[in-house]
Amino acid sequence: MDVLLNNLDIFVEGFKNTIILFVVSAVLALVLGTIVGAMRVSPVPVMRAVGTFYVNLVRNTPLTLLMFFFAFGYPKLQLGNLSFTTLAIIALSLYTATYVAEVLRSGFNTVPVGQAEAARAIGLSFGPTMSLVILPQAFRAVIPPMMSVFIALLKNTTVAAGFSVAEAGTIRSYLAERGEPAIIVLLWVAAIFIVLVSILSVIQRRLEVRWRVAR
Amino acid sequence: MTSVLYDVPGPRAIRRNRILAVLTVIVVLAVVGFVVYRFAATGQFTADKWRLFTYPLVWENVWAATLRTLSAFGAAAVLSIVLGLVLSIGRVSVHAWIRVPVMLFTELFRAVPVLILMMIMYYGLPPLGVTFVTPFVAVVTGLTLYNGSVLAEVFRAGIESLPKGQTEAGYAIGMRKSAVMLYIQYPQAVRAMLPVIISQLVVVLKDTALGFIVTFQELLYLAKFYGAQVTFGSPIIPSTIVFGTIYILLCLALSGVAKWVEIRTRRSPRIARQIKAIPAVPGVGVGGAGVID
Repeated sequence: MDVLLNNLDIFVEGFKNTIILFVVSAVLALVLGTIVGAMRVSPVPVMRAVGTFYVNLVRNTPLTLLMFFFAFGYPKLQLGNLSFTTLAIIALSLYTATYVAEVLRSGFNTVPVGQAEAARAIGLSFGPTMSLVILPQAFRAVIPPMMSVFIALLKNTTVAAGFSVAEAGTIRSYLAERGEPAIIVLLWVAAIFIVLVSILSVIQRRLEVRWRVAR
Repeated sequence: MTSVLYDVPGPRAIRRNRILAVLTVIVVLAVVGFVVYRFAATGQFTADKWRLFTYPLVWENVWAATLRTLSAFGAAAVLSIVLGLVLSIGRVSVHAWIRVPVMLFTELFRAVPVLILMMIMYYGLPPLGVTFVTPFVAVVTGLTLYNGSVLAEVFRAGIESLPKGQTEAGYAIGMRKSAVMLYIQYPQAVRAMLPVIISQLVVVLKDTALGFIVTFQELLYLAKFYGAQVTFGSPIIPSTIVFGTIYILLCLALSGVAKWVEIRTRRSPRIARQIKAIPAVPGVGVGGAGVID
């Protein structure tokens, strides 16, 4: 307990940055992922192809490699100075967006085609079919796996530690300078992560029960 | 394409789709063009920056690093599957004193980031007098604890998806619990879950790259080393391209296997029905989207 209380400043600073990385990347990944997901289910073959290419390429790239490119490669392109934190957010968003896109796509796939056919049969046009029949069901199906994606994103923020972004993963190296035993520091970091992930898991279970689609 | 979202397009929709297609092509070309232009403008394509990759010795080292990445992956993959099987057996035990600790174990190691697990091994243990922790051991242990816990849930989901009659039939013909598990539950569960299991192995392969942060000398470590060679103009971007291609090819090959297995299992109607019946365990799904990183 002493290790945590005596160095509360560094723990708070580290996890504050973790949460900033998490929230900003989550929002950006949602926006980009929705665009890519929409492309993957669009009726335009070119859009589908581009979406599929992006998802397959990035999902088969280690996140560490993406971070590596943005942390070390980007400055060589002389595109203006961005902080390591910003670059880490870009890498995390680009990576997580592919998972968001896949979750959205599989959400649409859980809606039986008969639902759309039934909606058209009773004379609804495209807009009402979407907003009243398909999207509500797809949205509900998407919530639990989407939370899993965010839990993964939260844990993935630690990768930024390897690229000099001060967040939870770097707390160890700061405290090593203060002479704190590494194992205890790391166990505290792990414990805080367990708490944060548990919070997200509880939200996930709640939403899952409340929004289950009865079929 | 049968889609729940769109009707068969009429003449107006076809025209609109064509315009959207052209716009997409223009946007993609603009983005790719800009990146290539920046690469060219900052001299990333000059022969000088790529000269490093013309030496056979360099490629020998690349090969050795690839083998180190693959050996970490192989060890972690085998151990994760073993751990996952053991944990999943413990998870469905009728004895609470086995079930509860196993449940805590899986929940715990699913919640801690893999990198933190590796750091606990690599930085945390040696000061306590543990001497056998090489970077390789740290990487493999971290990957095994995390992915073993994830796979345990996958196996459990597979078993829970089986019709109850399967186990009952086993007991009815006089099998013991162990025989029911070994001959009835696990063969079916593993077969139904094979695509998810392989997809999770892709995660293992990708996460070996984290080893670079705990100084494991795998592909990314070598990428940084070669990228920093000043004599060759610090070719960090060429190096990222070369090593990135290796990673992507390795992962794509494994993803390809997962997809192939999925298509094959879907062809068998019995397993396909079973896969459909798999309950929604948080984070575990069929079709790739549920694979946890």
